Amino acid sequence: MHVGLTQVLILSALLFCIGLYGILVKRNLFAILMCIEIMLNAVNINFAAFNYFLPMPDLSGQVMMIFSITVAAAEVAVGLAIIFKIYHDFKTVNIDKINNMKG
Amino acid sequence: MTDSLLSMILLAPIVAVVLLLFIPPTAKKSIKLIAAMATGISLLMTIYVYINYDNNLGGMQFMQSIPWISDLGVAYTVGVDGISLPMLFLTNIIGFAAVFSSWNINERPKEFFILLLILLTGVMGTFIAGDLFIFLLCYELVVIPIYIMVIIWGSTKRVSKEYAGMKLTIYLLIGSAFMLVGIVALYLQAFPAGMRTFSIAALSQAHLLGTLSQSFQIIVFLLLLIGFGTLLSMFPFHTWSPDGYAGAPTAVSMIHAGVLKKIGGYGLIRLGLLVLPAGAKFWAPIIIVLALGNVIYAAYVAIVQKDLKYVIGYSSVSHMGYVLLGFAALNTISLTGAIANMVAHGIMSALFFAMIGYVYEKTHKRSIDKLRGLAHQMPRIAVGFMLAGMSSVGLPGLIGFMPEYTIFLGLFKVYPFLAIIAVSGIVFTAIYILRVLQKILFGPRNYGFDAIPDAKGPEMVPLFVLGSVLILFGIFPQLLLGMINGTIAPLQSFLQALNNEPSLLVVWGGIW
Amino acid sequence: MELFALNHAWLIPLVPAAAFIIIGLFFKEFHQLSAGIAVLAGTFSFIMSAAVVMAVLDAGISVEMPFIQKIQWIKIAGMHFSMGVMIDPLSAMMLVVVSLVALLVEIYSIGYMKGDKGYGRFFAYISLFSASMLGLNIAVNFLQMYVFWELVGLCSYLLIGFYYYRISAREAAKKAFITTRIGDFGLLIGILSLQMVFGTVDFMELRHILPVYIAANGTGLLTIIGILLFIGPIGKSGQFPLHVWLPDAMEGPAPVSALIHAATMVVAGVYLVARSYFLFAQLPELLHLIAWLGAFTAFFAASIAITQREIKRILAYSTISQLGYMMMALGVGSLTASMFHLLTHAFFKSLLFLGAGAVMHAINEEADIFKMGGLRKKMPLVFVTMTIGVLAISGLPPFAGFFSKDEILAAAAAVSMPLYIIGTITAFMTAFYMARLLFVVFWGKEQHGHVHKTSYFMQIPLAVLSILAAFAGAAGYVGGFGDWVRFGEAMPEHMNIGLAGISTALSVAAIALAWHIYVSKKYLSDIIAQKMGFIYTVSFNKYYIDEFYAILCRIFIDGIGKIMYFIDLYIIDGIVNTMAALTVYCSRIFSKLQTGQIQTYVAIFFCGVIILLVYTIVFFTKINELAAGGGF
Repeated sequence: MHVGLTQVLILSALLFCIGLYGILVKRNLFAILMCIEIMLNAVNINFAAFNYFLPMPDLSGQVMMIFSITVAAAEVAVGLAIIFKIYHDFKTVNIDKINNMKG
Repeated sequence: MTDSLLSMILLAPIVAVVLLLFIPPTAKKSIKLIAAMATGISLLMTIYVYINYDNNLGGMQFMQSIPWISDLGVAYTVGVDGISLPMLFLTNIIGFAAVFSSWNINERPKEFFILLLILLTGVMGTFIAGDLFIFLLCYELVVIPIYIMVIIWGSTKRVSKEYAGMKLTIYLLIGSAFMLVGIVALYLQAFPAGMRTFSIAALSQAHLLGTLSQSFQIIVFLLLLIGFGTLLSMFPFHTWSPDGYAGAPTAVSMIHAGVLKKIGGYGLIRLGLLVLPAGAKFWAPIIIVLALGNVIYAAYVAIVQKDLKYVIGYSSVSHMGYVLLGFAALNTISLTGAIANMVAHGIMSALFFAMIGYVYEKTHKRSIDKLRGLAHQMPRIAVGFMLAGMSSVGLPGLIGFMPEYTIFLGLFKVYPFLAIIAVSGIVFTAIYILRVLQKILFGPRNYGFDAIPDAKGPEMVPLFVLGSVLILFGIFPQLLLGMINGTIAPLQSFLQALNNEPSLLVVWGGIW
Repeated sequence: MELFALNHAWLIPLVPAAAFIIIGLFFKEFHQLSAGIAVLAGTFSFIMSAAVVMAVLDAGISVEMPFIQKIQWIKIAGMHFSMGVMIDPLSAMMLVVVSLVALLVEIYSIGYMKGDKGYGRFFAYISLFSASMLGLNIAVNFLQMYVFWELVGLCSYLLIGFYYYRISAREAAKKAFITTRIGDFGLLIGILSLQMVFGTVDFMELRHILPVYIAANGTGLLTIIGILLFIGPIGKSGQFPLHVWLPDAMEGPAPVSALIHAATMVVAGVYLVARSYFLFAQLPELLHLIAWLGAFTAFFAASIAITQREIKRILAYSTISQLGYMMMALGVGSLTASMFHLLTHAFFKSLLFLGAGAVMHAINEEADIFKMGGLRKKMPLVFVTMTIGVLAISGLPPFAGFFSKDEILAAAAAVSMPLYIIGTITAFMTAFYMARLLFVVFWGKEQHGHVHKTSYFMQIPLAVLSILAAFAGAAGYVGGFGDWVRFGEAMPEHMNIGLAGISTALSVAAIALAWHIYVSKKYLSDIIAQKMGFIYTVSFNKYYIDEFYAILCRIFIDGIGKIMYFIDLYIIDGIVNTMAALTVYCSRIFSKLQTGQIQTYVAIFFCGVIILLVYTIVFFTKINELAAGGGF
C-alpha cells in the first residue's frame, strides 16, 4: 500500500478528531488534557508529513515539530499543576462541577 | 515668570498630591494642612493673575505654549482671557473653601484629599487649556475622582450613594462621548491633513476659512450641545444633578455645583459659539425653550422638595437655565451676563452646600421638616444660609443680582416675551428659597440641638471667603463684569454677522 | 455751607450703612453701644438731611433743576449704570422725613427693645434700613431705585421676622417678601423695557427723551411700560390686590411697624410714582387706573379696619387706606397733595404706631383693643399724643391730616365726582375707626391693674411726633409746600372752604358716632355687629382674600410643583432608569451564554473555526475561478 501525503493527512485528521471528541465528551480533566496532547500530536504529524513530502525537503517542519513537542511538554506540566490545584480546591476533577464562571 | 504662572497654578495641587503620597495616613492634621496650603497658593496666584489681567487689552494673556505631539498638532497651551479667568478664580476659591469644609473628614482623609486635589487640577486645566486635547484630557481626569468620592464618602438618603455616583458618572461619560465625537469630527474637518491642530485659537478661525460648512456646524454643535448640555444639567438631561448632589460628600457637591457644571457653559461658549457660530445660531431657539424649562420647571420642582440638598440641586438646575438663556440670546450683554452668572451661581451654591454640609454633619439631618430654629444655636451658619439664599433670590448688593439683570436685558433685546417668562423665575426662586430658609433657620428653639456647637475655627473659612466674595462682587459688579466684557465686547461684530445665519425658527418657518 | 451739604449728600445713606456694618460685625453683643452707634448715625443723617433741605431752599434748586452727582457703577458694552445723588425738593423732603422718623424711632427703640436678646441685631437692621431707604430717596435712575427698593424689602423681611422664634413672625416675613416680590417682578420688567426702548433708565435723561418719543410714537407702548412699573408700587405700597402682606407685617416690633410699615418703606411705591411722574403724567389712561385703584384700596381697607380687634392691625389697614389716598392723589394729577399727605401721614401714623407700641408694652404685649380699656389715667402722655394722632388722621382742623386730606379731596373733586365721594366716605370711616380705637383703649373699664411705666426714651419721640402731627400740616400750608414740591406749574394754594367744611363735619359726626357706640352705650357695638351679620363677618375676615390666596397657592404652586416633581421622578427619570434597567436586562440575557462549561466554549469555538474554514475555502475557490477565467 502506497503511503502518500493523503494517507498521512487522513491519519492526522483522524487523530485530531479523536482528540476533539475526547475534549467535548470527557468529564475528567486528565482525560481532556490527554486529548489535547493527541490533537497536538496530530498537528505534529502534519508538520513532519508536509516536511517530508516537500519537493526539496529541508528540516524546517521537523524543527517546528520538535519545538511544538517541547512547548507541549511545558504545557502538560503547567496543565497538570493547574489540575492538581483545582483538585485541591474543588475536591474533584469533574469538569461539570467546576462551573463557577457561569453568567 | 508670568509665562509659567498658570502652569504653576496648575502644578501646585499636583505637587501636594506627590507630597501627600509620602505622608502616613494617620497624620490627619498635616494632610489637611498640605491640601489647604496647595489650594491656598493656587488661589493667591490666581488672584494675582486676576488683578494683573488687562481688561482693556482683552484676549488671551499669560499664555504659555509647549509643543507636545507635533504630528497630531497637540501642544500644551494654557492661557486665560475674560471668559476663563473668572472661571479659574471660581475654581480656586471654591477649591480652597472645599478643603476647609471637609476639615472634619476622618475616614481615609489621605485618599480623600488626594482625589480632591486631582479633581481640582482637572477642573482648572479644563478652564485654562488653550488646546482641545488638553481640554479633553483634563475633563476626563475630573470624572473618575468624583465617582470614587461619591461612593466612598457619600451619603445615602432617598437614593443610595452608589446609585447617585453611578448616575452622575454615566451621565457625564455619555455626555462626553457625544462631545468627543463632535470634537474629533471638528478636528478632522477643520484643516486638511498635515495642518491639523487641536489649538482652540486656530479652530476658532476655521469657520472663516469655509472648511466648516453650515450643515457640518449644525450637526457638530448638536453633539456638543448634548455633551455640554448634560454637564450643564440642561432640561431634560438634568436629573443626575439633584440625585448626584444628594449623594455626594460636601466638597464634591460644592465643586460639582460650583465649578464643574460651569464647564458645560464654558464649553458651549468657547467651543460651541466661537468655533461653530452657525451651529449655535441654528439651535439657539431650542436652547431658549429648554432653558425656560430649566428656569421654571426646576424651580417648581424645588418648591416641593423635602431634602435640603435636593432643593439646592434643583435650584442649581434652575439657575443654569439663566446661563443657557444668556448664551442663546447671542448678544454681548447676555453673554457677559451668562458668564457672570456662572461665577455668581458657583459661589452661592458652594456656600449653600458648605452650610448644608455643616448642618448635616452636626445634626445628621437634612430634611426640611425635621430641622427648625437653627438660628438659635448656629447663628453663623444661619448668616451663611441667608447670604447664599438672598444671593440666589437675586438681591441687589449680592453677587446674584447684576448677572441676572444683564441676562434679562440681553434676552429682552431678542425675545421680549420669553424674557418676561424668564423674569417670572425670580418670584419662584423667592418662594422656594424663603420656604427653606424660614423653615430651617427660624421658628421655635429646637432643644435637641442645644449641645451642638456653631461653626468655628477652620469651618468658618468657607463662610468667610465665599461670603466676602458674594458681597464684594455684589457691591462692585464691575470687577467681574468688566473683565468678562473686555473679552466679550470685541465679539460684537462677530455676533452681528450671525444675524444673517438661519436659525431653527427660520427653517421651521420655511416648512410651514 | 450749602454746597458742602449737597456735595456730601452721599454720606446720608452711607453713614447708617457703616453703622450697620460696625454693629453687625463687632458690637452686636454690646447693647448700649450698638444703640449709641445707630442713634449717632441717625442723628448725622438727619442733620445732613436738614442741611440739604436748607441748601435746596437757599440754592433755589427746583424740581426742574435738580442737583445731581453720580459715579459710574457698571459699564459694559451696550449697558451702563450710575449710582448717585439726585437732590430736588421731592427727594429733599423725603430725606428729611425718613431720617427724622428713623431717628425718632431709634430713640424710641432704646426704651422699647430694652431687655431683648436681639438688641444689637435690631439696631443693625434699623441702620441698614435707614441706609437703604435714604439711598432709594436720592436715586438718580430706576436701577438704583430698584437696588435700594429690594434692599428695603430685605430689611422689611428681616425686621418682620425679628422675633424669628415665633412661627407667625417667620410666616409673615416670608409672605411680605414674596408678595412684594410679585410686584418687583413687574417693576423689573418695566425697567428692562425702559432700558430696551430708550437705552437709559436715568430719570433726567428719560425726562428729556420722553416728550420727543411720545411725539413720534404715541403712548401705546409707554402705557404698557407704565402699568408694569406700577405693579411694583402696588406690591410695595400695599395696594389692592397685593395688600395682604402689610397687616401680617405687624408681627414685627412696634417701632418697625412705625418706621417701615407706616412712615417710610410703604410709601416708597408712592414715591416711585411721584419720582417718575414725568412718565405717568403723559399717560392719562394709566393715571385714571391709578386713581381708581387708590380710591378703591382706600375704601376697601377702611371697611376692614372698622371691624378689626388687634390694635396694630387696625393701624395697618388704616395705613393701606391712607396709601390709597396718596395713590388717588397721584392719579388725579396732584403730586403736591400726594406728597403733602405722605409727609403728614409719616408723622401721625408713626406717632400712632409708637403710641400703640407703648400701650402694648405697658400691658404685657396685649394686642386686642377690647382687652385694654381705661388706660387714659394711667398713661396720660401716651393718651394725649395718641389723641392728637387720631385727630390728625381724622382730618380735623388744625391738625396735619386736615390740610393734606383736604387737598387730596379737592383735587379729586376737580377731576371726578365719584372719586371725591368715595374719598369722603372713606374719610368718614377713617374718623370712625380711629375714634373707636381711641375710645376703646383709653375709656371704659380698667382691665389692667398694673401698668409698666413708659420710659423717657419712648416718651420723647411721642412728644416730638405729636407736635409734628399737630402743626406740620398748617406749617406746610402756610409755608408754601405746594410751590416747592410740585410737578409742572405750582398749583395755587387755596382752600376749598365748602369741601373742607363737609369733611370736617363728617369727621366730627363719625367721632360722635363712635363715642355714642363705644363709650356711652357699652354693648351697642355687639348688637350692631349682630344686626349687620353677614357684612360684619366678611369685613372681619378681610373679605376672605387671604384664604383665597392660600387656595390659589395650593393649586398653582404646590399642586403644579407636585405634578412637576412627579414628572421628574417617574417620566424623565423613569425613562433614564428604564434605559439603565434595559441595559442590565440585556446583559443578563447575553450572560446566559456564559455557561461556565469549558466544553461548551470549545464546541462553539470549533463551530466558529469550521464556519471560517468553509467560508475561506469557498471564497478562495471563487477567487481562483475568477483568476482562471480572467475575471479580474
